[in-house]
Amino acid sequence: MIKYSLITLLFSLLLGVYTPGTAADVASGEDTSGPFIPKAQRRFSEEQGCVEPTGEMRANHMEYILDQRDATVHEGIRTRQYSLQECINCHVSDAEDAPRVDNEEHFCSSCHTYAAVSIDCFQCHADRPVKSRFDSLSNSSMHRIGSAAVPPTTLDSEQLKVLSNEDFGNE
Amino acid sequence: MSEESNIDIYRRRFMSGTATAAAGLAVAPGVMLTEVARAKPADQAVSSDIRWGMLIDTNKCNEGCNDCVTACNEEHNLEGFGRPATDAQWIRKVTLKDKQTGNIQTLPMLCQHCEHPPCVDVCPTGASFKREDGIVLVDKHICIGCRYCMMACPYKARSFVHEKLQDQMPYSPRGKGTVESCTFCVHRVDEDILPACVVACKEENHNAITFGDMNDPDSEISQQLKQHSSRQVRADLELNTGVRYRGI
Ligand code: SF4
Ligand code: SF4
Repeated sequence: MIKYSLITLLFSLLLGVYTPGTAADVASGEDTSGPFIPKAQRRFSEEQGCVEPTGEMRANHMEYILDQRDATVHEGIRTRQYSLQECINCHVSDAEDAPRVDNEEHFCSSCHTYAAVSIDCFQCHADRPVKSRFDSLSNSSMHRIGSAAVPPTTLDSEQLKVLSNEDFGNE
Repeated sequence: MSEESNIDIYRRRFMSGTATAAAGLAVAPGVMLTEVARAKPADQAVSSDIRWGMLIDTNKCNEGCNDCVTACNEEHNLEGFGRPATDAQWIRKVTLKDKQTGNIQTLPMLCQHCEHPPCVDVCPTGASFKREDGIVLVDKHICIGCRYCMMACPYKARSFVHEKLQDQMPYSPRGKGTVESCTFCVHRVDEDILPACVVACKEENHNAITFGDMNDPDSEISQQLKQHSSRQVRADLELNTGVRYRGI
């Protein structure tokens, strides 16, 4: 890549089409040969963009999703860090005209088309964030199992432990 | 993310969260604590301590009312293709007529979430399975669409997806070439929310469906099952169904 940039630079100089703009591009070593990957909507934390370091996610995202899939379908474990649904919520726009998965501009397709690896996740799963009636339900006591109003339970056991130990005294 | 920052985020969410939760805390912290402790944490697997079940009171189920079916279709985006013979159907209304007296009863029929499910027995791939808490599901990642389970189910509870689908609900993935049936709204149940059909029936003040844990003797469903006589459809098959009916 560096070699290519140098040659381009030399050629631009030779042809006299040298402009400060191209110099900046060359200096930052911007790589335009890969796929164009749409930006995510949020950062996972201050230090980290995605739920694992980006390199790790690029190489192994399928392993994380696969593990989570079995845990969710068979054991009802619904943590969100590695859930495909959360990938889509963050990486795909919910705009009406946002690219769908059959379009190269869709986050998943951008890379998968480039790498020529077909994906079948979206034969069943939603390929974009879908708003549903269910999202707004969790606070209504009429919808809860049992008679009392129970707070939503998207918390993990560690969080619940802290909740019962510190905030309410341990009984 | 470190454990601590997770907890901070949670605290913020909880404190600034629902008004009802805050009010509940002020009035009776003890009550809230037991309620919180009962709810399943998101990272914990379901266990066989619970067996989800449904009791349907056919006396309260009105002829012509289709609210549970509509709610299910909406919740899971079960769009029709104008082909009633093959369109997906997770819950349907069945009408029973006593030929001698002319008496008519209607009831919703859905996957009965059998304790000994024939669909699971015949599935060659292991795609049909029963969760620890009694909910019978299809793992569509494994299903090959052979439809043996559809033949084996005595309640005609399963559907095969014949068409390419788009815009499935994120919590209810469905796709061409796989078999599906009522999930007891497992995505809701895991968050302590009642199935869509139950809510619809409640909202219209019919209250014909009770849902809860049949293993917990204090739950509403266990109490009702204890007080009133109820039946399993095709009890002779000894599948020990999770759906029971009153008044038939
Ligand atoms: S009702 Fe049918 S689909 Fe449901 S668990 Fe029983 S056999 Fe399986
Ligand atoms: S259609 Fe799918 S779930 Fe049903 S028996 Fe065949 S593989 Fe199992």
